[in-house]
Amino acid sequence: MATNPSNYRVNDVFADWCPGCGDYGIMNALQMAFAELSLEPHRVVMVSGIGCSGKEPHNVRVNGVHTLHGRTLPFAMGIKIANPDLEVLAIGGDGDGLGIGAGHFVNAGRRNLDMTYIIHNNGVYGLTKGQASPTLKRELKTKSLPQPNINDAVNPIALAIISGYTFAARSYAYDVRHLKDTIKMAVQHKGLAFVECLQPCPTYNDINTKDWYAGEDRKDVQGNPQSRLYKLEAEGFDPEVRDWKEDWQKKVAALTKAQEWGDRIPIGVFYKKEYESTYGDRLTTRIPFYLERPPAKQKLRDEKDVSTVDLAEFLDDLKTS
Amino acid sequence: MAIESINWMAGGAQGSGVDAAATIFGRACGYGGLWVFGRREYHSNIKGLHSYFHLRIAKQEILANVNNVDLLAAFDAETIVRHVQEVVPNGGIIVDALEMGMKVEDIPTLPPEFRVQLRKFLAEDEIGETLKDVLDWAQKRNVQVFPVPYRAILTNVGKALGITQLSKITRMINVLTIGVSFALLGYDKSLVERAVRAQFPAKIADMNVIALNQAYDFAEKTFRGNFKHKLEKLDVEEARVFLTGNQAVAMGKVLGGCRVQTYYPITPAADESEYLEAHEILKTRGEDEGIIVIQTEDEIAAINSASGACLAGARAATSTSGPGFSLMVEGLSWAGHCEVPVVVTYYQRGAPATGLPTRHGQADLRFAMHAGHGEFPRIILASGDIQECFYDAATAFNLAERYQMPVIHLIDKAMANCSQTYPVFDYGGFKIDRGNLVTEKDLDGKEYKRFQFTETGVSPRAPLGTRGAVMWYTGDEHNEEGHISEEPLNRRMMMEKRMKKLELVDKEVPADEKMNFYGDKNAENVVVSWGSPKGAIIEAINMLKGEGLSLSFLQMRMLHPLPVEEVKRVLKGKKRIIDVEDNYTGQLGGIIKEKTGISPDYYVLKYTGRPTSTTEVFGALKAILTGKASERTVLMFGN
Repeated sequence: MATNPSNYRVNDVFADWCPGCGDYGIMNALQMAFAELSLEPHRVVMVSGIGCSGKEPHNVRVNGVHTLHGRTLPFAMGIKIANPDLEVLAIGGDGDGLGIGAGHFVNAGRRNLDMTYIIHNNGVYGLTKGQASPTLKRELKTKSLPQPNINDAVNPIALAIISGYTFAARSYAYDVRHLKDTIKMAVQHKGLAFVECLQPCPTYNDINTKDWYAGEDRKDVQGNPQSRLYKLEAEGFDPEVRDWKEDWQKKVAALTKAQEWGDRIPIGVFYKKEYESTYGDRLTTRIPFYLERPPAKQKLRDEKDVSTVDLAEFLDDLKTS
Repeated sequence: MAIESINWMAGGAQGSGVDAAATIFGRACGYGGLWVFGRREYHSNIKGLHSYFHLRIAKQEILANVNNVDLLAAFDAETIVRHVQEVVPNGGIIVDALEMGMKVEDIPTLPPEFRVQLRKFLAEDEIGETLKDVLDWAQKRNVQVFPVPYRAILTNVGKALGITQLSKITRMINVLTIGVSFALLGYDKSLVERAVRAQFPAKIADMNVIALNQAYDFAEKTFRGNFKHKLEKLDVEEARVFLTGNQAVAMGKVLGGCRVQTYYPITPAADESEYLEAHEILKTRGEDEGIIVIQTEDEIAAINSASGACLAGARAATSTSGPGFSLMVEGLSWAGHCEVPVVVTYYQRGAPATGLPTRHGQADLRFAMHAGHGEFPRIILASGDIQECFYDAATAFNLAERYQMPVIHLIDKAMANCSQTYPVFDYGGFKIDRGNLVTEKDLDGKEYKRFQFTETGVSPRAPLGTRGAVMWYTGDEHNEEGHISEEPLNRRMMMEKRMKKLELVDKEVPADEKMNFYGDKNAENVVVSWGSPKGAIIEAINMLKGEGLSLSFLQMRMLHPLPVEEVKRVLKGKKRIIDVEDNYTGQLGGIIKEKTGISPDYYVLKYTGRPTSTTEVFGALKAILTGKASERTVLMFGN
């Protein structure tokens, strides 16, 4: 059983992110989380899209499926439904998940599959050299934008909550311990868990930088920087829905928190509801043996390779004799 | 020789029960040991526009539709003005007695283009302005007209059921027309009653049986013995089914081991997925199994989640039509590149764009062949009839897994929605070939490389989750482990690894699974085709033989990789090669020319959105063989 983060390192792949990239922190947090959860590498699947974040699976020694731009969730869904025993984590960028893949982002909430979705949010399209991503605030002009951004920003946490995700949390790539704990909670959550991971892009986002998050521009009288990030749990925020009657109230509280930005940016768990049925539960109500014999584990054939299916029920309805 | 058959057509406004009527009619004939071929035509509309069902019934197996109508059961006036010219002498028309006085110009649903044609027809034949005038014209051509007082019969039905509000039971007009039709044809009423009971839940069936009997008795009394055509039942031992292409594909998939099906609603593909969902628990010789049908948010999600399911080791497929397949193209490229055995069932319809969404077409062969950026291997199968739909749907999964590449199964709207009688499919020995699928035991602690170079290009494939194997997939060019690599030598080796699998397909798949050959091998003229024109071509060739004209037929079933040598062997030295397809450009003809250097001499093409009929293919081929046709014939039959 793997219990050390080094067991999840990939030795013959050079991680090719820019120096100082938040992706390293996310990689480390993933390896630590997997180690602490003692997950066997063959049972874990990291599914990614396109962009700098898309390379994340190549640097973690669990199964990796590096897919198409924006299509992380559909691939992850197919894998999870075919074999619900797998621990599936979808990993993508903000452009990947909230721009080109926004339709999948919303619809995944309707299904509540028991898996985790982590979005790397740095406000820019890094791998195509710094265009505005759907999370970049309006009127900002990051380094490589020819003109200030005139689109409003998507709020990932709010969108996840109203779309039906049953766990929504935010963390920060440079607070590896907090991120690791958040990922662990997300993986352990029963249902679709969303983690927004704030992350500076040292190359293209010269506004929401590491120093900006750390509050280097706003020191107190003693000259200590006042970090913009604060932890929801430290303020006693209770994200958990324990009864359907309080669901909407908890949602509103979470949405209100999700609006905060600027000088005070909350991280931590915004919303958590565990009693909602997962897609697997819903399938089980129709196909009682679904979890024991999911699609990937059905026999299909006998020892002579002959298909074991009996089509009598189909054919009886169609018979004219 | 032409096959003797009786052709019944039901037509009416969409939503008025035309489909149900046709299913009941077809089943009733099936119960009497008769063979049925049904063609369904409908607008992209839910209620109101014209739809019809043409059923051809014979004492022997029939493979296609013909132009004739012997008995037209019209639910409304539009059906009569649209189809009156198809009704042959000695045929009959069942009409609502109350509609006889209606002016044809007052039919609200006639499209302007059709009105122009109709006015021309009325003027040329000096026909008056009412429906009765049109029917009088038909009677002059020896067509019998059977006016039926539907309202009066419904009133009686209502009395029997204790219902006074007629609008509650007007839906049963379709069953009334069936009653009248079968009475005219002198067919055993008990078989019709059985078919009605098979169609509806018990309570509704009881009501409909009352309606059926009232109509049957009315017609028997009123028109007794008057109609020239009779339908007799036969004593048959053989077990048969009456089914559509959608249903055949669904069953084939289940047989072939498909356990995840994804789809986004689209005509004419969605019926297949719904049928599967209705049968999601599968009986086997062992424990029950299940197929998960996922309605995704779009076709992009459909193909990619099907690919995901394949990676986890399930057999998975998606079903779509042209617009949906357009959205799947990037996913197809990923699947080809990552050697994913995903199956795409592609129901072609009238295109481009939204095109003719509920109509037929065969214009997507080139698209299926070339869809996707870059070069990657794929297999394209094309079924030619409903039975082939069944077997090919199952075989597609074997090919996909054996060669680790996407398989596109091309079908068309004609097959999807046509219904046909077959002896019950023999599927008992169908073998599942999972190719080089490896398990934990096979790995035996050895290092696993998903894209290991091998002689054939096929690498050992372990599903995600196999103990002892950690693997990577990426849409970037990759090395044997599945990590990104942009190195030129690796790139060359990976391209060759993937592409040479097509040579393996070409070598291993037997010729008789790639093509069918019909008729006289030594005939100097040959027809080439693919897909649903098959039935009409076979029947036409038999009819031509009766006239002393010899012709053979090469039906292509594997279109990619095209079995070049086998095709060359068949076509070489032929006097005339005639390409028959339902598209504008003769796509198969062009592909054959490109791959074999042999060009078709004649093209018989159709792109009206309606399937080819035996009658028109016969006419076109005869004209070619007797030197009366130009290089290109365009077929027009169908309303």
